Amino acid sequence: MQEYEVVIGLEVHVQIKTNSKMFTRVQTGFGHPENTLTDPVVLALPGVLPVMNHAAINAIVKSGLLLNCDIAPICKWDRKNYFYPDSPKNYQISQYDQPICLHGHVEIELPGAARNVMGEHKSIPLTRIHLEEDVGKLNHSTFDSLVDYNRAGTPLMEIVTEPAMQSAEEAFAFLTTLKTIMVYGGISDCDMEKGQMRCDANISIRPKGQKELGTKVELKNLNSISYVRDGISHEILRQLSVVKSGGKIVQETRDYDGQTATSQSLRTKEDAHDYRYFPDPDLMPVKVDEAWKARLKAECPELPFDKQRRFMKQYDIPYTITSVLIPDKDLSDYFEATAKLCGQPQAAGNWIANDLLREIGKSGTSIKDAKVKPEHLASLIKLITAGTINNTAARDVFTEMAVSGEEPEKIIDRKGLKASVSSDDLETWCKDAIASDPKALAEFKAGKDSAINAFKGPVMKAAKGKANPKLVDETLRRLLAQ
Amino acid sequence: MSTPIYFKSVAELSNDLSSKKISSVELTKAFIARTKAVDSKVKAFNSYDEADALAQAKLSDERRSQGKSLGVLDGIPIGFKDVISVKGQPLTASSNMLKNFVSPYDATVTQKLKSVGAISWGRLNLDEFAMGSSTENSAFGQTHNPWDLERVPGGSSGGSAAALAAGEAPATLGSDTGGSIRQPAALCGVVGIKPTYGLISRYGLIAFASSLDQIGPFTRTVEDSAIILNAIAGHDPLDSTSFKTEIPDYRAELSKRKGPWKLGIPKEYFGEGLDPEVAKAVENAINFYKSKGCEIKEISLPHTKYAVGVYYIIATAECSSNLARYDGVRYGHRSKDAKDILEVYYKSRAEGFGPEVKRRIILGTYVLSSGYQDAYYVRAQKVRTLIRRDFLEAYKEVDAVITPTTPTPAFKAGEKASNPLAMYLCDVYTIGVNLAGLPGLSLPCGYSKSGLPIGLQLIGKPYGEAELLALAHAYEKEHAWGTRFPDIEGQKGAL
Repeated sequence: MQEYEVVIGLEVHVQIKTNSKMFTRVQTGFGHPENTLTDPVVLALPGVLPVMNHAAINAIVKSGLLLNCDIAPICKWDRKNYFYPDSPKNYQISQYDQPICLHGHVEIELPGAARNVMGEHKSIPLTRIHLEEDVGKLNHSTFDSLVDYNRAGTPLMEIVTEPAMQSAEEAFAFLTTLKTIMVYGGISDCDMEKGQMRCDANISIRPKGQKELGTKVELKNLNSISYVRDGISHEILRQLSVVKSGGKIVQETRDYDGQTATSQSLRTKEDAHDYRYFPDPDLMPVKVDEAWKARLKAECPELPFDKQRRFMKQYDIPYTITSVLIPDKDLSDYFEATAKLCGQPQAAGNWIANDLLREIGKSGTSIKDAKVKPEHLASLIKLITAGTINNTAARDVFTEMAVSGEEPEKIIDRKGLKASVSSDDLETWCKDAIASDPKALAEFKAGKDSAINAFKGPVMKAAKGKANPKLVDETLRRLLAQ
Repeated sequence: MSTPIYFKSVAELSNDLSSKKISSVELTKAFIARTKAVDSKVKAFNSYDEADALAQAKLSDERRSQGKSLGVLDGIPIGFKDVISVKGQPLTASSNMLKNFVSPYDATVTQKLKSVGAISWGRLNLDEFAMGSSTENSAFGQTHNPWDLERVPGGSSGGSAAALAAGEAPATLGSDTGGSIRQPAALCGVVGIKPTYGLISRYGLIAFASSLDQIGPFTRTVEDSAIILNAIAGHDPLDSTSFKTEIPDYRAELSKRKGPWKLGIPKEYFGEGLDPEVAKAVENAINFYKSKGCEIKEISLPHTKYAVGVYYIIATAECSSNLARYDGVRYGHRSKDAKDILEVYYKSRAEGFGPEVKRRIILGTYVLSSGYQDAYYVRAQKVRTLIRRDFLEAYKEVDAVITPTTPTPAFKAGEKASNPLAMYLCDVYTIGVNLAGLPGLSLPCGYSKSGLPIGLQLIGKPYGEAELLALAHAYEKEHAWGTRFPDIEGQKGAL
């Protein structure tokens, strides 16, 4: 039985988060009333000219630096000519033979053997990244088609990978990491539902060991990261079944419908366009010099996987916790600030991964808007360590902090949660507890240290929860040692 | 007999306004009256908005009466080629495609002229989308040469040249892609300048060929051109191809720069096809400069012979893409018969564009097509570089180049209409200047025996407009060609 291997390359479009459009001052945005984010340039009225938005060049150069690309010294613009109503000029300003970013690679992580086990890391090579303008949106109804140019002219990066992925899982991991890096760099929010990230996949199969690539099929309309994975899996199975039943793969573009998990052919190779690319005479090439690159390099954040490895080493926190923290840059920064303030990274990691995320989930806000600030969480952790409050009380305090945004000390004072009882009382309660549990006493004397915990419950109960747990422990040990 | 008001120069009219001999409203009314009297014969205008012009003139007079005049152009009407956008006015490119289009914005030149008080006066005819050399390719009918109504005014800015020559405006704006200002200026006996590529913003100029198009003035005198350039030159943040350069006071520089100049005569511009009367007039002009102490040097621009071919590849390639936006979807002509999107494209464009525009779109599409682009477009760009290099080499030895503007005086309407190649050769002397991005100026240098104007072309160094205008001014102040005016009333209107 002939075995086959899969080859996948992705073309990912990422909208750059700029305030204004790529070639004019009109604002960018999503969800505005139709055709309100337009002006003569966006609508391609007679006589208008494009002017480059340098924020978009900054963003793509920064992306190139984050993705380990070579940055071209000259950034030039080409026209891609084709007629379609979503394209107001009937050409798209793009980059053809001289993309601004060449080569590069993205480190990805494949799923591990279990949730708490780090998976294999792999480097996916990139072919190029270029800058172009987004098009408008067509809305088809039964009797007519309407076009909305709000999206037209939004800066858009096209990131093209080498045909170097071998499974739907790899493609999924690639997109997930790419998104994380883009968000880390402040380049894009990559919200696929808002069209901020779009993906086409080129898929082929070939007999194992064969050097030449098989005939590729382009899969379009993969509208979410999960659809990318599902669509690719579906296409691989389709190609395998074609080949195994003696058929031949046709070079074509197929449309994947995530709802029904089916695909259908959109066009074959014969319908390919001649885009008649030529340099756009309205735009001057832009020189990207070393100083400019250096300035952008300085703005680049640490890459997610580098950060993860550093967290595990520097703070000695487990992979499971880092894999919660790292995908969200704000969350990982929050962790690092808290860990530094309280000096207890493990405690910080646990509080954030469990309690903080739960509270954020409840309120539906983002980490940036969380009421609990790192300095507050750090204070709380320190108060627990100092024995000022016990863990149970701390949880209540935290819940309150998450709602009110108050400092923990204030809540503790107000609620009288501070562990404060007289030492005479504590001594009496401890003696009583030891006396009333001879079994535990015997175990402790026999060397089972944890038996001491059996006395703590009654002491706390007697203290109505206000005893300092550290002090309780110390007092019990002193008495037991007598 | 004193010069009628409508044949006065901008400088003279400006003096009359500032000395309160006349008001801007009176002046504007005079041009409206003149236009009504002669434009049925000349047909320079596609449209004009009398009420709007008079309203602008009234505001100008109010400013002046309050001592707040905006300067030399305040209250002066200026005609616009119908490819330059004026907010609230039609912008048709003389095409059925844009027959009913009204522009919602001002071109940068419009905004600049408004900011110094000039009055936008009328929309002037042209060859559709500025493609042509005779203003016969207009969807709204041809414009006639005021000197001989049976002849063409040149093109594509024929309406701008003819309106000025006929006294329908004291100055007009045109655009020049391969000679579209200089050639009609020569054929209508007025001054026209195509500035260095990048001197004047193209924002708001309907693009024909983006890397070649430049806006420029038509005026009665060189001084008037300097006055208008002062108002419209300079970097524009809305046009990335506009150049950041110091703009001198061109008018003040006219008398400061006195030469003598070293002048180059390119032998390639005086060969076959040059009308003997034109050759003689240009020779006389060269002799004049010689008599003033200028050194005359024969030079060679060896790649001249490729200019027309290179031009018709680059210009058509760019236009095929620039004109793609006229698709009937967002504005402009949409076919009533279209049943789906492809028919909207096919039928709207088939009905909206004239034959010359279609010819150039097809040619341009072809030269950019995969498999042909290297042989045509890419090679043409290389030769373009060589053409520019020819000029820059020459400028190591000379300050300016002198040539005829056109091979012949104005030709008869219809004479070349059916022969595109013959028409393309009208621009043989002007095209190289666009390809090289240089400033070129045409000014009257005589008349043929039959009374048709002849133009002299002066070509300057990049951004050397001040020197070029001074050179032209030196000739103009000792020649009275500009004081002759065409007799339109005495002519029977042509068809």
